[in-house]
Amino acid sequence: MASDIRQTERFAFTLNGREVTFEGDPSMPLLWFLRDTLALTGTKFGCGVAMCGACTVHVDGAATRSCVLPVDAVRGMSVTTIEGVADTAVGRAVQEAWVDLNVVQCGYCQSGQIMSASALLSDKHAPTDADIDAAMSGNICRCATYLRIKAAIHQAAKALG
Amino acid sequence: MARHMLMEAAARDWAVPIEEIRTDNGMLLHPPFGKAARYGAFAALASTLPAPDPATLKLKVPSEFRLIGKTSHLPRVDSRAKCNGTAVFGMDIRESGMLTAVIRKAPRFGGKVRTFDASRALEVPGVVSVRQIDTGVAVYATGTWAAIQGREALDVTWDESEAETRSTADIFAVFRTVAGKPGLIAAERGDVEQAFRDADRIIEAEFTFPYVAHAAMEPLCGFIAWDGVSVKARYGCQMHTFDQRQLARLFNLPVEKVEIENVYAGGSFGRRIDLGNEVLGPDFAADMAAAAEGIGPGQGVKVMWTREDDITGGWYRPMILHRMRAAIKDGRLSAWHDRIVGHSFGVDSVLRARMPSGADALMVEGAANMLYGVGNFLCDAHIVRDKVPTSSLRSVGSTHTGYAVERFIDKVLEALGQDPVEGRIALLGGAPKEVGVLKAVAQAAGWSGPMVGNGRARGIAVGRAFSTSVAQIAEVSIEPDGTPRVHKVWCAVDCGMAVNPDVIKAQIEGGTGYGLGIALFGQIDLKDGRVVQSNFHDYRVLRHEEMPEIEVIIVPSSAAPTGVGELGVPMIGPAVANALARLGWSDAALQLPLHPSSARL
Repeated sequence: MASDIRQTERFAFTLNGREVTFEGDPSMPLLWFLRDTLALTGTKFGCGVAMCGACTVHVDGAATRSCVLPVDAVRGMSVTTIEGVADTAVGRAVQEAWVDLNVVQCGYCQSGQIMSASALLSDKHAPTDADIDAAMSGNICRCATYLRIKAAIHQAAKALG
Repeated sequence: MARHMLMEAAARDWAVPIEEIRTDNGMLLHPPFGKAARYGAFAALASTLPAPDPATLKLKVPSEFRLIGKTSHLPRVDSRAKCNGTAVFGMDIRESGMLTAVIRKAPRFGGKVRTFDASRALEVPGVVSVRQIDTGVAVYATGTWAAIQGREALDVTWDESEAETRSTADIFAVFRTVAGKPGLIAAERGDVEQAFRDADRIIEAEFTFPYVAHAAMEPLCGFIAWDGVSVKARYGCQMHTFDQRQLARLFNLPVEKVEIENVYAGGSFGRRIDLGNEVLGPDFAADMAAAAEGIGPGQGVKVMWTREDDITGGWYRPMILHRMRAAIKDGRLSAWHDRIVGHSFGVDSVLRARMPSGADALMVEGAANMLYGVGNFLCDAHIVRDKVPTSSLRSVGSTHTGYAVERFIDKVLEALGQDPVEGRIALLGGAPKEVGVLKAVAQAAGWSGPMVGNGRARGIAVGRAFSTSVAQIAEVSIEPDGTPRVHKVWCAVDCGMAVNPDVIKAQIEGGTGYGLGIALFGQIDLKDGRVVQSNFHDYRVLRHEEMPEIEVIIVPSSAAPTGVGELGVPMIGPAVANALARLGWSDAALQLPLHPSSARL
């Protein structure tokens, strides 16, 4: 319940390659620490219940919905957001393919799409359409740019060799 | 015309004949004297010159185009920022000293705050204030999480004496009763009554359309700063003039004291138009105004809706009923009657002044002016006023008229034993653009009738809205669990001269996906006045694996360009349904949404 006493905790984790310190209610979802405290607003709020994927980040490399992940869960771990994903060859290739194929329309979901796609490509170097459907199913795009997302993932895979 | 005026300005300034001025890529050039300037340098002077008679201007011929009609490989100007997290949407606005506010609203439309207890909410760290405002109870906090937690801890009792307490089925039952009586006439030709009396055969159908939530990816949000004498709002807004006027009225300020700065909107599909409906109650502009007034002047506030606020908060595509009748005489369609019953989002809104009396033009568009030639024709309509707030959804009236007309004509043609493509073409004598897109799409798909074997069938639909014409063919099968599976869609578009073919393709692809999601899943229900659905787990939208392959065919044209944002949406539903009909689905199964798990009206 909201009136429960909240204990404040302080701990560190790695964010986009740098150590950050969190201090506050450890049950707060990671999303709000990123957006409201650290001003990393590229990670989006879409549903708050891990049903749309707009808030996807990498936690130790795995695509994770930050809107339901208590910040406590990343204690000592390594988190990458859309602002840091270009530090990897996979992230750069995905972003370049997205730009090249004019994937975006409104663009609000695309941070999450790119994070899910880059996690997929780190795991599978030449994903099939079925692999893409399975890995991307949790990322909703209301502009329905799905065809171009799929094409861009294939293009990025090819560029990465 | 603008280019000519800029050339004229340069010619005056440089004291040279206009015939010697060239333009290239935003530059004015005078090669003999080596003069060059950007267009902007002469914009001020050009604006003082008289506009030339358009008839005297010499336009480029298509062979001289350098950009028009060429698929550009340049990235969209917004692509990179939207791919690296730097694009600023309304949700991302951060202003110094800003508070974030979420609003608890009545659980039933028309409910009002009776009492509230903020004591537990105020214990949440970060919650700064809780105020009753015109649109509910606002929780103001230093961050989003605190605001959301504070709202969960808020206790409110509601006065529901004026609230909607019925279920959607009860509301819809009224539609069916009303549908028994003649409505306001939207269009009438010939003698419909006589034609039905003389008919060899009458074909009838009823089509029901549930409430649909737009569910844009970014829930509504916006920043507002009010200092007592002026207002500045920053948000993704679809109709700035509407909102500026509303904010001026709500703050009792002259319009010039209201400034709106647009930022990227995470989708709208019509939802970010606040129609200023004074009967159905306040929408987002009013939320922002009420939140700013609630906390007082000098305090900037970002007002946020959550996804639950979005799905349960109303302003849906109206619930609609179409009752259709067709008369067949001597093997031909001799009369057509479409009676429409539904809520109107226009008549009590800021659009009121633009709406002629009689049938609601935005409800009957696509039905009253349907394109099939039939001598005896009637479209009449009833407006049912209720408390569920409704608004415009991408493709507007065509969200339902497209389905009703195109599903019904297919049923009529099937009854007449005619091919869906040839039968349509035979009735489209007055609509050459639609004949053109039908032929183009049939050719691209290699159309040879609706049955293609292998458990698959093809359905077709054609229509026009916003002066753009499209025809779609959908190839569909049925999964073992009964779910329709759309494998491929062909879509021919005539939008006049194709300025940027890649954008046209993108809009048709995306519009088709948006429309397919609505056709398969789109439904908001009320139970005892409360909205049943609340988030993406029970308000399903189209996902990656449900997106069909899409082939877009752009019909060559030299006519003036028309819009492509809307027309991907309305034809996919009937195209899929027409295929399912050939796979044996009954009229009852073909009510929207098509997914077999949906409850029907």
